[in-house]
Amino acid sequence: MTTKAATHDEAAPIGGRIWTPFTAVLAVLVILLVVVLGVRFVRGIGAVTNLNDGYPWGLWIAWDVVIGSALGASGFTVAFTTYILNRGKYHPIVRPALLTALFGYAMAGASVVFDVGRYWDMWHVFMPRYAQLNSVLFEVAVCIAAYTVVLFIEFLPVVLEKFGMAKAHQKLDKALFFFIAIGVLLPTMHQSSLGSMLIVFGPQIDPIYQTKALPVLFLVSTIGMGLAAVTIEGSVTALALRRPLERELLAKLMKVGQGLTAIFLLVRFTDLAVRGQLPAIFEIRTLTILFWIETALFATPIVLLLGKGGTQPRRFFIAAMSMAIAGILYRLDAYLVAYDTGAGWHYFPSMGELVVTIGLVAAEILGFIIAIRVLPVLPKMGRTRTAPATETH
Amino acid sequence: MLTRRKLLKGLAGGAGVLVAAPITAEARAAKTLPDKALGLLFDGTLCIGCRACIAACKESNGMPPEFTELGIGDYWDSPLDISGKTLNVIKAYRDGTGLNKDQEKDGFAFTKVSCMHCVDPSCVSACPVSAMTKDPETGIVRYSVDACIGCRYCVAACPFNVPRFTYDTPIPKISKCQLCQHRLPEGKYAACAEVCPTGATLYGPVIDLKKEIERRRALTPGTQTTYPRGKIGGTDTYQGPAGHYVARTYGETEIGGTQVLHLSGVSFDLLNKPPLPTVAPASISESLQHAVYNNLIAPLGFLGTLAVLAWRHMRPKAEVAPPAKPPTDADDGGAP
Repeated sequence: MTTKAATHDEAAPIGGRIWTPFTAVLAVLVILLVVVLGVRFVRGIGAVTNLNDGYPWGLWIAWDVVIGSALGASGFTVAFTTYILNRGKYHPIVRPALLTALFGYAMAGASVVFDVGRYWDMWHVFMPRYAQLNSVLFEVAVCIAAYTVVLFIEFLPVVLEKFGMAKAHQKLDKALFFFIAIGVLLPTMHQSSLGSMLIVFGPQIDPIYQTKALPVLFLVSTIGMGLAAVTIEGSVTALALRRPLERELLAKLMKVGQGLTAIFLLVRFTDLAVRGQLPAIFEIRTLTILFWIETALFATPIVLLLGKGGTQPRRFFIAAMSMAIAGILYRLDAYLVAYDTGAGWHYFPSMGELVVTIGLVAAEILGFIIAIRVLPVLPKMGRTRTAPATETH
Repeated sequence: MLTRRKLLKGLAGGAGVLVAAPITAEARAAKTLPDKALGLLFDGTLCIGCRACIAACKESNGMPPEFTELGIGDYWDSPLDISGKTLNVIKAYRDGTGLNKDQEKDGFAFTKVSCMHCVDPSCVSACPVSAMTKDPETGIVRYSVDACIGCRYCVAACPFNVPRFTYDTPIPKISKCQLCQHRLPEGKYAACAEVCPTGATLYGPVIDLKKEIERRRALTPGTQTTYPRGKIGGTDTYQGPAGHYVARTYGETEIGGTQVLHLSGVSFDLLNKPPLPTVAPASISESLQHAVYNNLIAPLGFLGTLAVLAWRHMRPKAEVAPPAKPPTDADDGGAP
């Protein structure tokens, strides 16, 4: 069986009921999001958020955009491993990874629309007349928008397959290699730039976090987060749908994640040492406590995945969770906690901001569930059902 | 034949350029003051706290009144800080009995908060759509609401916390002082300086303002002197005692210098004007971006490598050269 090339045609919709108590709860959360956004568009950003001129960026940027897209890195990391490094055997996880990424990026894009004050003029970013090439945000905005389109194209075969459009599918397949390549380049660019965005904030970002290494730190941790997201999604899907776990593949991905996390810590501590900031991390204040929690979370997967035991599903799942949370916390800390614009300014997300962020996550999960039930995303379960998935797909 | 090892090497090279560039980034040349740069000199020792500049600024720029606990009822404009409705404000420092002007102990002092018109502004570097621009001639940092998308990157980036946003409306915009550039064609100048009764806020070319600072610093504190009033080089003057200044001129070197300069009788730290690095964060940020995206050479090189690899691994099986790979890699994958 192993000699047969695994193709995407072996994927199939899993079918089943879309509406369950769980998806109903998700739908309610999405409705709440719509209500809050209604208020935001009628009465302004201040009506539903705690944003102020000291903290003009809050949860919607730090979580929905910066973290949402980083978790969406599952798409490019898996595409990279599968098509660029030629590990064809990763095929069974490509489609769900792309789907996770597509939802992550679509939600990041959506959240920008309601966070930006003058959303009706957002097209300015794409007009040479307005483009400001020195702006890191310009690069991020254009790059994320372009990548979202590329993700749609990468995912398009699934839709074409669903509707039996074989001719179009064949044509697309010929060009797909280019979209895969650009689909790796673009996230490399904007995920590092999401770190670079903080550099212009200068002394407003605490020196522990303010560094020229920000783009490297963000890029490396993003790849880790993407791999972690695939592992979590794969494990939860297997558990919830009682499907065989892609144990070997996920364990291998997490091995890569382990290396990346080690690189992250190495770069971070070397950078702190070079900049003479090591004494600062031993001061006792909120930010340093968070710094050490991050460090512990980044170190956990390194320890957990050491040796043979690292391939145990329980171990690599915990390692993936730790890796993802570490990346999330690092971003929240860098964007919100390490940012201090002067005395007298405070920010904590409002109820409205939380409802929107939770609603977006709910929308992503709901979308994912509907998609795998309706579209050929997950590997087909047929006569090979009882066989270990890793050998046949 | 291209082996996998070679390919990986090439790939690592491409990725290496992308990652290494930020670390080796050379600083882009620091921006310099335009020859005809216009600015303000605020001398805290001359300010009497009359707040006429706040009213004049509001009128000239068509800004709405702001009602706070400072006013009695909603009758008088009483801003406590700059905001989406207020571009300029005078703030007071007070200590102990608050009796002696420009004394840190048991004294009081005034300071002005408004856009500093940086030589190398963070807001201009941050703005993705060129809504914030620096006039190449006057150096005035301008804002165009027609270009603005309301992302507030400028608000977050400014170390002086100057650009402000209107959060209370569905049609928001950024507010900041533009040195009354709209009044220049009428032969007028910054309204705050025009109405200042003591010449505490003085308008003029930055070169001249700097000379005036030198002149004031050379005087013996307490001796009577003649101050220019309104704009520098005019005929309007004001007689007063020479100030006793702290050594620092705020704005001289802060993030590469600003076109609004402050003199003070008390430490700037007490006036909520903290020390800032002399290097502009904008120049660090832009150096890094330019190093990585230098004519898109690194990204395009990386893309080329990726495309070759993806093409090799995804093309139909029949075209693939005889298998030179171990059986474990036989499932070459890719599209049918």
